[in-house]
Amino acid sequence: MNASPVYLDAASAAPLHPVARQALLAALDDGWADPQRLYAPARRARQLLDAAREAAAATLGVRPDELSFTPSGTAAAHSAVLGGLAGRRRVGSGLVHSAIEHSAVLHAAERHVAGGGTATSIPVDRVGRIDLDAWSAAVRAPGTALAALIAASHEVGTTQPIAEAGAACATAGVPLYVDAAQVVGHAPVPAGWSVLTASAHKWGGPPGVGLLVVRKGTRWESPWPMDERESGRTPGVVNLPAVVAAAASLRAAAADAAARGARLARLVDRIRARVATEVPDVEVVGDPEDRLPHLVTFSCLYVDGEALLHALDRRGFAVSSGSSCTSSTLRPSHVLAAMGVLSHGNVRVSLHQDTTEADVERFLTELPGIVAALRAEAGVVGL
Amino acid sequence: MTAPEVLDCRGRRCPLPVIALARRLPELPVGTLVRVLADDPAAAVDLPAWCRLRGQEFVGQVDGPDGPGFDVRRRR
Repeated sequence: MNASPVYLDAASAAPLHPVARQALLAALDDGWADPQRLYAPARRARQLLDAAREAAAATLGVRPDELSFTPSGTAAAHSAVLGGLAGRRRVGSGLVHSAIEHSAVLHAAERHVAGGGTATSIPVDRVGRIDLDAWSAAVRAPGTALAALIAASHEVGTTQPIAEAGAACATAGVPLYVDAAQVVGHAPVPAGWSVLTASAHKWGGPPGVGLLVVRKGTRWESPWPMDERESGRTPGVVNLPAVVAAAASLRAAAADAAARGARLARLVDRIRARVATEVPDVEVVGDPEDRLPHLVTFSCLYVDGEALLHALDRRGFAVSSGSSCTSSTLRPSHVLAAMGVLSHGNVRVSLHQDTTEADVERFLTELPGIVAALRAEAGVVGL
Repeated sequence: MTAPEVLDCRGRRCPLPVIALARRLPELPVGTLVRVLADDPAAAVDLPAWCRLRGQEFVGQVDGPDGPGFDVRRRR
């Protein structure tokens, strides 16, 4: 029997927003020329690019010349970290970041350290919130060039105290980079940052478009070879049809984010409560209050994460996991490890605009039996 | 202090080391120290988390010639 598919992995990639599809198809016809050139099709492409930039900037409340499009959210994160450090190399080579940044930020930090820089990782508590005292002390330390803090965890949904962390940075004169990939298009972006990145396929835009915003007055220097496109911040021609679709869908997603977020937050509340009571020996992780509206994570004791994902997939449920057996490196999620919560049997459920109450109900109805069957198979019932 | 009871889970992927501990610990008297040898990287996260969830004491990690070891004391 084939169960009808229920897609619950919007934090990896949200389904394409209908507005994105329309804009993409229109821009494929109109936006194929190189916007830098001096003839009619190029001018048309330039108009589309300018309009997309203005729309995205207006949605984020920034100036259009502060916003550049990148080939991905990962490329934007790399640029934010390495460019933010390069622009402040005269001050020092210290990077401060939370222990639960996205791997794109941590990999950029590794590159920085391999090149002779330093990186200080700030611990988080059991719900995944940074230690603000440790953060403030680290950004005040001499030689700190840049601080990086994820707006909300892509793995457990906990939102970070960006305003307080940003105030500590402002006092110390250190620019704050905020990875807002899970927030942009879903919730208002908190103030207090100097550099911000986002990723279009997290809000219903197409894959292959990232945003890099560098506020006026921020010392930022491109870490890439010279290229004049995108204010010198992103080398290469942007994928204009995808950029147009990303900007249009961002405006649409942000316009009804409050209503959608409220609806999804109620569904997440239901998942948090029902999983905790109806699945034995389960740990629901992340902050129950200060969190993303659309994402919830839990770990099932004694259950193999990969087996759980496959069992859910067979029943039509698409979810992701931070368990080591589901990662290519066979290491547990660094986020779950930093929080000190169970990493095996881990499931991340992330909802989107097409998620219905019936989808969530079916998931909640089937999950306890699926977990029980896996435990029975493994002989761990009653442990 | 006597040598701790050793549970050799080397080469076994999580959650197997946690399951092995959950099976063995109740068979031992309260107060017994168990050393779980486990080389799966998730063991360093999951063994302390299990102790917290089950009210047992995670004493600490000891890296010896046999690889990473995790000491747990039965408290209840």
